[in-house]
Amino acid sequence: MAEVNTGDGGGHGKHQKKRAKKASTRIDMTPMVDLAFLLLTFFVLTSTFSKPKTMEINYPADPPPNVVLPKINNALTFLLSKDNNIYYYSGEFYPKNNKDGKPETTLIKTGYGKDELRKVLLDANKPTRDKVLQLEDRMKKKEIADTTFKRLANIEKGKKDALTVLVKSDDKASYKNVIDLIDELNITMIGKYAVIDMMPAELEQLNAANDANPTETK
Amino acid sequence: MPRIKMPSSSPSLDMTPMVDLAFLLVTFFMLTASVRVNEPVVVDIPSSISEKLLPDNVMMISIDVDGRAFFNISNPQVRIKILERMGTQYKIDFTENEKKRFAGMTSFGVPIANLKEYILMDDVARAKVKSPGIPMDTTGLNNQLRDWIAFGQIIELTREKEEQTKAKNLGRPFKNEPLRYAIKADAAAKYISVKQVIDVFKKLKIYRFNLITSLEQEN
Repeated sequence: MAEVNTGDGGGHGKHQKKRAKKASTRIDMTPMVDLAFLLLTFFVLTSTFSKPKTMEINYPADPPPNVVLPKINNALTFLLSKDNNIYYYSGEFYPKNNKDGKPETTLIKTGYGKDELRKVLLDANKPTRDKVLQLEDRMKKKEIADTTFKRLANIEKGKKDALTVLVKSDDKASYKNVIDLIDELNITMIGKYAVIDMMPAELEQLNAANDANPTETK
Repeated sequence: MPRIKMPSSSPSLDMTPMVDLAFLLVTFFMLTASVRVNEPVVVDIPSSISEKLLPDNVMMISIDVDGRAFFNISNPQVRIKILERMGTQYKIDFTENEKKRFAGMTSFGVPIANLKEYILMDDVARAKVKSPGIPMDTTGLNNQLRDWIAFGQIIELTREKEEQTKAKNLGRPFKNEPLRYAIKADAAAKYISVKQVIDVFKKLKIYRFNLITSLEQEN
C-alpha cells in the first residue's frame, strides 16, 4: 500500500523525488462509529418486534326467542368453571327427571393438559382430522395447490356430520380457559364450534359437579 | 540463534466491514421500530398457536384483570370525529386543542364526564391516575361503551363511503381495509367481563372479533 509519509519528507535517498505534501485522506471515523453503535444499542433495546397475533372468532347471533334450535347430531359440549375445572358431555343434555325419560346426563371431568383435553378432542374428531391430514399429505406431494387444500379442508371441517363443539362458560371461569379451549379446537382441526351461553339446568349440574370434585391443592 | 521476527504491519484493524454492518443494523432497526405506546393498563394476554397478525385498521377494547374496559381506535381522524359525536351526545364541548390531544392518545378507560380532565393531563400525571374503566351498564342506561363503539362504527362507515366516492371521482381503484374489532383481554380476567363486552357488540350486530393472543410454541 502506498503510504504517505508526512513526518520525514524526501531528501534522504538519491532517487527520491520531491513531492508536494499530501494531506492524509483518512478521516478519523471513531466518533461516527461510536454514535452508530449507540443508536444500534438504543434501537435494539427499545424495538418491539412482533405485532400482536390474533385469533379470529365468530360469535353466533342470539337466536330469536321462541325458536327451537335444530338438533345437532355429533356434538360435544364443554362446560368451563372456576379453578380451571372443565367438564364435558357428548350429545344432548338431559336434565334430571326430563320428560323424554332419558337418563340424566353426567358430566365427565377433564383437564387442560395435553393428554386430557386434546385426547378427548382428537378421539372425537378422528374422521375429520384424518381426512384433513390426507389432504395435507397430498398438498405436500404437490398434488393439490395450497389454496385448494385450504378450501377442501374447510369443506371437510364444515361437513354436516363433522364434530360440533359447544363452549359454555360460567361466571367464574377465566378468559384464559376459554382461549385455551378454542386453541385446542384449532389444534385438533375442529371447524365447527361456538361459544354460547349456558342453560340453567347445565349450570345446576356443573355446580353439583364442582361440589363433588373439590379442587386438589397443588 | 535466529531472532523472532516481529510482524512489521501496523496493529490497526480494518474496521470497515464492522462499521458497515453496524450501520445496516441501525438502518434496519430505525425503519422497523414502532413507537411504543404507553397503555394506561397492563394486560397480560393469553397465548395461542394462531399466527394471524392484527390488522391495522382496528377498534380495540382492552379488558384488564378487574374487568375494566378501555377503548381505542387506530385511525386518528376517526378518533376526533367520535369524540365530537360523544360530546354532542353527552353535552360536553371539546376544544380543538383537546381534540388534537385526544387524537394522539392511546386507549383510555374513563367515563365521558372525566374525559376532558383526563385529556388535559400530561403523560406523567396520566400514568398515575387509576382509570375506572368505561361504564357499560348492561341495563343500557349508562352504556357509554356501546356509544363509543356505535359511533366508531358509524363514522368508520361514512369515512369508507367518502373515500369510495373520492376514489371513484378520481378514477382510482378503491382500496380499503375494513374496520375490525379486537378484544384484548387479560388471561386472568373472568370470562364474564369479556362476555359483557361481547354482549355490547352483539347488540350492535357485530359478531366477528379478533381476540388478541401471543404466539405460543406448540409442544
